[in-house]
Amino acid sequence: MATDTLKPDLVETGAVEAQEAPSPQPEPLGRATFRIWRGDGTGGALVDYTTTIAPGMVVLDAIHQIQAEQANDLAVRWNCKAGKCGSCSAEVNGMPKLMCMTRLSELPLAEPVSVEPMRAFRPIKDLVTDVSWNFTVKRGIKPFRPRAPDAPDGTWRMAQSDVDRVQEFRKCIECFLCQDVCHVLRDHQLHDAFIGPRFLVHAAALEMHPLDVEDRVPDLRRIHGIGYCNITKCCTAVCPEHITITDNAIIPLKERVVDEFFDPVGRLLKVFSRRESGA
Amino acid sequence: MTDYQTFDHDVLVIGAGGAGLRAAIAASAAGVSVGLVCKSLLGKAHTVMAEGGVAAALANVDQRDSWQVHFADTMRGGQYVNNWRMAELHAREAPDRVRELEAWGALFDRTADGRILQRNFGGHKYPRLAHVGDRTGLEMIRTLQDHSIHQGIDVHMECTVLRIFTDGGRVAGALGYDRERGRFRLFRSRAIVLATGGIGRAYSITSNSWEYTGDGQALAYEAGAALQDMEFVQFHPTGMIWPPSVRGILVTEGVRGEGGVLRNRQGRRFMFDDIPDNYRSQTADTEEEGWRYTQGDKTARRPPELLTRDHVARCILREVREGRGSPHGGVFLDISWIREKLPAASQHIIRKLPSMYHQFKQLADIDITTTPMEVGPTTHYIMGGIRVNGETQSSTVPGLFAAGECAAGLHGANRLGGNSLSDLLVFGKRAGEFAAAFARTNGPATLDSAQVDDAARRAVEPFERGADGDGRGPYQLQQELQVTMQDLVGIVRTEPEMREALERIGRLGDRARNVGVVGNREYNPGWHTALDLANLLTVSEAITRAAIERQESRGGHFREDYPEKDPAASRFNLVIRKGPDGQMQLTREPIPDMPAELKRVIEEQK
Repeated sequence: MATDTLKPDLVETGAVEAQEAPSPQPEPLGRATFRIWRGDGTGGALVDYTTTIAPGMVVLDAIHQIQAEQANDLAVRWNCKAGKCGSCSAEVNGMPKLMCMTRLSELPLAEPVSVEPMRAFRPIKDLVTDVSWNFTVKRGIKPFRPRAPDAPDGTWRMAQSDVDRVQEFRKCIECFLCQDVCHVLRDHQLHDAFIGPRFLVHAAALEMHPLDVEDRVPDLRRIHGIGYCNITKCCTAVCPEHITITDNAIIPLKERVVDEFFDPVGRLLKVFSRRESGA
Repeated sequence: MTDYQTFDHDVLVIGAGGAGLRAAIAASAAGVSVGLVCKSLLGKAHTVMAEGGVAAALANVDQRDSWQVHFADTMRGGQYVNNWRMAELHAREAPDRVRELEAWGALFDRTADGRILQRNFGGHKYPRLAHVGDRTGLEMIRTLQDHSIHQGIDVHMECTVLRIFTDGGRVAGALGYDRERGRFRLFRSRAIVLATGGIGRAYSITSNSWEYTGDGQALAYEAGAALQDMEFVQFHPTGMIWPPSVRGILVTEGVRGEGGVLRNRQGRRFMFDDIPDNYRSQTADTEEEGWRYTQGDKTARRPPELLTRDHVARCILREVREGRGSPHGGVFLDISWIREKLPAASQHIIRKLPSMYHQFKQLADIDITTTPMEVGPTTHYIMGGIRVNGETQSSTVPGLFAAGECAAGLHGANRLGGNSLSDLLVFGKRAGEFAAAFARTNGPATLDSAQVDDAARRAVEPFERGADGDGRGPYQLQQELQVTMQDLVGIVRTEPEMREALERIGRLGDRARNVGVVGNREYNPGWHTALDLANLLTVSEAITRAAIERQESRGGHFREDYPEKDPAASRFNLVIRKGPDGQMQLTREPIPDMPAELKRVIEEQK
């Protein structure tokens, strides 16, 4: 998918803006149609459902309303409904989104709103896809390994500025929208050769962790397939947590790979400096 | 017996939030085989929503803090009906559990000298909550999750447990189904840890997700275990109230910890109007003193906004009922006013409360750095749950353990913010260890195939009945139950209303036993909702019966017909068991006498 199609569609209809109302009971704002993919691993089709719209509604509210009133067995994953758990990922009007954070006021409601499952993963049913591959991939990344504690009581000292950099990566809610949009996975289906942006962010969080002493650079090159990423930044564009995936996580990791494998002088210097510092 | 997909685990952990993950890690470390069942995907459980922090007397920010102060704060907050042994162990062990997370990769915010930073929170005398901005729960669950996946634990994602089986009174295993295909999974296990969280979905306004249907409490009850303190439900004072689709979503107490204030529509700081006697000596006299407290002045006392959650929720309700509420039926929570005090206030707010900033910006078109939020109480947490031994977390059924929100005791009548995350760690670990020890010392039990077949048959009965009435069956019933509990067994309770609730719960139970569903067994939310109904009805009945029985007001339980605390009622817990006739039996169980050492600690901290 080309980057330019990924810009969020911020067309304002003005029709469903939250209004200051005197009573806590919301006035319905009319009806809208949702074109939802219904099906399973063997195939499916888009089905239209029309439902009532109230102020402040998000796409997930509409899906729940349709589920309760018209299609009891409509499958959808969700948990927190506040953009914190990363369960309700889907493609809304072709855009990878968290349904719970996509307000209807951001969408043109004159036409049907299409809601489809993430395309990079096998469909299970309706809006639910098989994301288990992601959990398998994570197990293949070397876990956190801290340096010896700094203080006799077994604790460490870290500066907030050092922690800040990694905290950006640790904001990730594992919604897998970045995996969904990555052309290496979505179009080329290279799930066996490439761990995808989510797990490059995970590897970056470990590699740049102030306490971690593990070396994941050889794995990044040979097993995790970092070379497949050609920096189109689609992942960064869809991240609901606004993590600067490409610039802050993937590019620094690529630089480490280059330093370690393609820069013999630098590599030699590194070996010596490590020996001297006793690390 | 029908052919089931069968799994053997020495210890089966049901629930994969903080408590379940910590229990699974502990059991695995003890050398037994462990299965971990999650109702959702791994890492999505409600722990992820926790915002403010994890309470532990690390004394990194204020050296006066100690386990004794934490213990006394927890008991005072719980109005002294807590299991004091749990409160003691919790206060003593929480610091090590937090430090352990750091050794597993958690990155908490730091003090100037590089240690774990701690913030103020309601009911905690000193800054005590280790935190990561306002996404502490995410940090915690991810740390536990990423640690657990390398410990050889078998994870069953998107799997719901339907029944726990016993053999001669002890645990033998459980039957569940996977969401993807709707196939049954039979677990043979020597010990089970329940870590299923809360009951929020019994109410219509709640911060809890679809998962929190009282599964653990109901599974334990049906297996013969006792429940305790079910009348104590926490209504968090600050949930979002507008727009309607976000009603109930939590607004962290951290907003008030950072200096946020509550005002009514007249602009009055109404929390100064009603300060309970047992907190008066710890509460600021002036707005100025309260502000200094939030900014770390150790000579200042806390502002009344940081009184316990039960009290703040009732004060908000009073303002609304007496016509001083905000336009949408809440009150104003204002952090933007700190512009008067701090130079770069906007950036400060965004850095300290990033999730809150985005939540209001995206869902309510409100910039919290310039505009007050509208908030009101939301069903958040249940202090009661499965009655457990304070040290081992064993329920009254041998081999059945419970930890975290689904267990009772630590929090008494009201939980302090930040004490749930530490609860998960301290008692998750204990439950895992003692379950592993039980599994080692007790041989395998035998599953009764008739019981298993019965559980499986009942689970698919809704399909045989098919769509009934207007075809909205399970959702309609769930909604009616939620409205009943919200209206009749909510923040302010009276006996006639609760009697009415009991009758309605009975009628809903009759309808639930006949509910039908459409579609097939593959990822069918209508079917899942129908199956969850039984658990919701069980916990709703337990809450209501206990709330009728406790004829006083204490912590999260407020009776309009008995508005005062009854000293005699501080000496017992209400315990519920399934009677031989299948009816709920309620008894008063005396609280054991506290050892002199702990009594002394409480006296010293008064």
